[in-house]
Amino acid sequence: MNWNRFRQPDLILKLIGDLTEYKKQVKFMEVCGSHTMAIGHWGLRKLLPENIILISGPGCPVCVTPATIIDSLIKLKSVTITTFGDLMRVPGSHQNLEQARAQGCDIRIVFSPMDALKISQDRETIFIGLGFETTIPGIAFSIVNAAKNNNQNFSVLSLGKLIPPALDALLDDKDLKVDGLILPGHVSTIIGMMPYEFIPYKFGIGGVITGFEPLDIVLGVKTLIENLDHPRIMNEYSRVVRPEGNQIALDLISEVFEITHAQWRGIGEIPDSGLKIKSKYADFDAFRKYDIKTSDLEENPLCLCGNVLKGKILPPECPLFAKTCTPDYPIGPCMVSSEGSCAAYYKYER
Amino acid sequence: MCLAIPAIVVKKTHNDMGIVCLGGVEKEISLMFTPEVRIGDWVMLHTDFAIQIITEEDARETLAIFQEIPPADQREEKI
Amino acid sequence: MTRQLIKEVFAGEFRISTLDDAVCIDGSLTVTTDAYVVNPIFFPGGDIGKLSITGTVNDLCMNGSRPAYILASFILEEGFAIDQLHSIVSSMQSTAEEAGVQIIAGDTKVVEKGRCDGLYITTAGIGFLPGGIHLDAGKIRSGDKIIVNGTLGDHAIAIINARQQLGLTPAPESDCAPLHEVIRILLQNTNLKFARDATRGGVATILNEICDDTGLGIIIDESSLPVKYSTRVLCDMLGLDPLYLANEGKLIAFIGEANDDLLSLLKTYKYSYEAAVIGQCTNEVKGVFLRTILGRLRPLLMLASDPLPRIC
Repeated sequence: MNWNRFRQPDLILKLIGDLTEYKKQVKFMEVCGSHTMAIGHWGLRKLLPENIILISGPGCPVCVTPATIIDSLIKLKSVTITTFGDLMRVPGSHQNLEQARAQGCDIRIVFSPMDALKISQDRETIFIGLGFETTIPGIAFSIVNAAKNNNQNFSVLSLGKLIPPALDALLDDKDLKVDGLILPGHVSTIIGMMPYEFIPYKFGIGGVITGFEPLDIVLGVKTLIENLDHPRIMNEYSRVVRPEGNQIALDLISEVFEITHAQWRGIGEIPDSGLKIKSKYADFDAFRKYDIKTSDLEENPLCLCGNVLKGKILPPECPLFAKTCTPDYPIGPCMVSSEGSCAAYYKYER
Repeated sequence: MCLAIPAIVVKKTHNDMGIVCLGGVEKEISLMFTPEVRIGDWVMLHTDFAIQIITEEDARETLAIFQEIPPADQREEKI
Repeated sequence: MTRQLIKEVFAGEFRISTLDDAVCIDGSLTVTTDAYVVNPIFFPGGDIGKLSITGTVNDLCMNGSRPAYILASFILEEGFAIDQLHSIVSSMQSTAEEAGVQIIAGDTKVVEKGRCDGLYITTAGIGFLPGGIHLDAGKIRSGDKIIVNGTLGDHAIAIINARQQLGLTPAPESDCAPLHEVIRILLQNTNLKFARDATRGGVATILNEICDDTGLGIIIDESSLPVKYSTRVLCDMLGLDPLYLANEGKLIAFIGEANDDLLSLLKTYKYSYEAAVIGQCTNEVKGVFLRTILGRLRPLLMLASDPLPRIC
């Protein structure tokens, strides 16, 4: 299994060359932050013909998480907070988790929910359960494991969000005009193709489940172009994604979580797009255990992250981009995460 | 939004756990979402969980699409 | 952020005009100081002791000096295990012998439990600059080549694995090593203009600093970067870029020209056997750029903070 086969420059450039035959302007949305990063890393945005425009979507779970979560967590005493590294530098109203750690809060970066479980063996621990459907099964596992072992030290702050409802809300906005979607390859590994089937019927556009290597992305774009006249959901990433997804993972998610409405920072409330821990696992629900509330911080009125997340504008069109809003001093959510659209543009596309 | 990398399964241990090899180093991970995996299979690894088995056949099929694309000036059909 | 702190607080008050790791006094005596706070104290490929010697030696030799003496000061947490201390001190001595330096003086302080992370080491280093050697970033010109002496990012990956207990087997090893011999090979076999060790912030940070100091542009060739396969895979897993990761046995050298003979010679030495030309200086661009394998140029910006592992 040589993954480098999907990075062969001559094949990629040949394929991009073929795309020049298509002359009409099209706009495709890459939903997922990891796609935005990959496109930036390989320089694909500028390599593609000018009439093929890629815009970034809301697929950055850090960007869409309310910043007041940070404030609530920092206030907790005598509990160890475990988090993926992604969240460490997201500004709360006064400081981020990294700064709080420097001042003595016990905040630890973990690579996996299983690491958080290990830490909880001898101390009260919250795991910040951030992510989309790719990450949620592992978070569910940690809760089931804690329940099985009656590990009352462990709890999860459930911040998981769901992609298909977000796409529904986004595409419903008449101001957003996209001709197709580059769908997230790893989310789709879990959920399969079915949850996207409403898109061609409701909105008349297609979507291609795409991998993250440069060859995958260019093939995804090509497939979208070839199917503009008969939009449907297709799977370029078939070596990983099965049409039915991963049923064991889906069953575990249903076992632990129930669907709820959720606030997406920069977008607003999206119905049925969040996950709440079921009452049978209430002991491991950090929201209940520590009575944590969240609300939206008032965003800078000049910040156009909402429009960036919805794919209506590109980051450079925001007046704050690269001037007062930079990765070192992020103002809006799209810049706070290293894979947010604005951060990716700042790093790769200028 | 989801970094995942391919890794080869070298051992299955207890409780749905296993050992994978990635880039020459081994790591213990959970195989609970891919219980049917066999030693020697490749899996997609995300935060210590194998989220799916990678099929070489499909990998080759994806690549075959590229290998078969003739140069633009020799194509009969236009997009 | 550290660089900013140095500029804003220290350089002004101390009236230091340059921010080099080492300073040459009267054209022949090079001095440096550094502090070592690595956690964990023991890691695959080294320990805090070895690091304190290689780090000091490398700071001294980057300007062409022969490292000669080290003074070491220890801050110990009360209750620090004596056998561990023996091991660290022994490691320092063997590393010093390899580098041809003598540890000539020291100091020890013990602080209450909880007031430091086990052990901190501060060093001062003394070296002697042979006559006729004057390495200076001001000598770098458009067209000069950029060489690294081996694979990038290994130290950072070793520390992350050890600190985060990722359980990788075999545990990736730090590249912690003294570079005085690599500098000597470069001095004797090429027109070496400037060198710097690529520690915290990695190669990308040093290159950006050079661009800031010289006004030149730099283009790095992605396909030329020497990165271990395991490091590359682990970086993909953790969302990290080897160009921004710390090394403790790697330098970046700016040379007038590179040729196969130079590379062949470097490859005969244990700490440069994977040396590679990774790019060159140019007036065609401003700042540091990476030419990707697809032939595009994309910027390699300076990061303000250390990169963090991510899952997204």
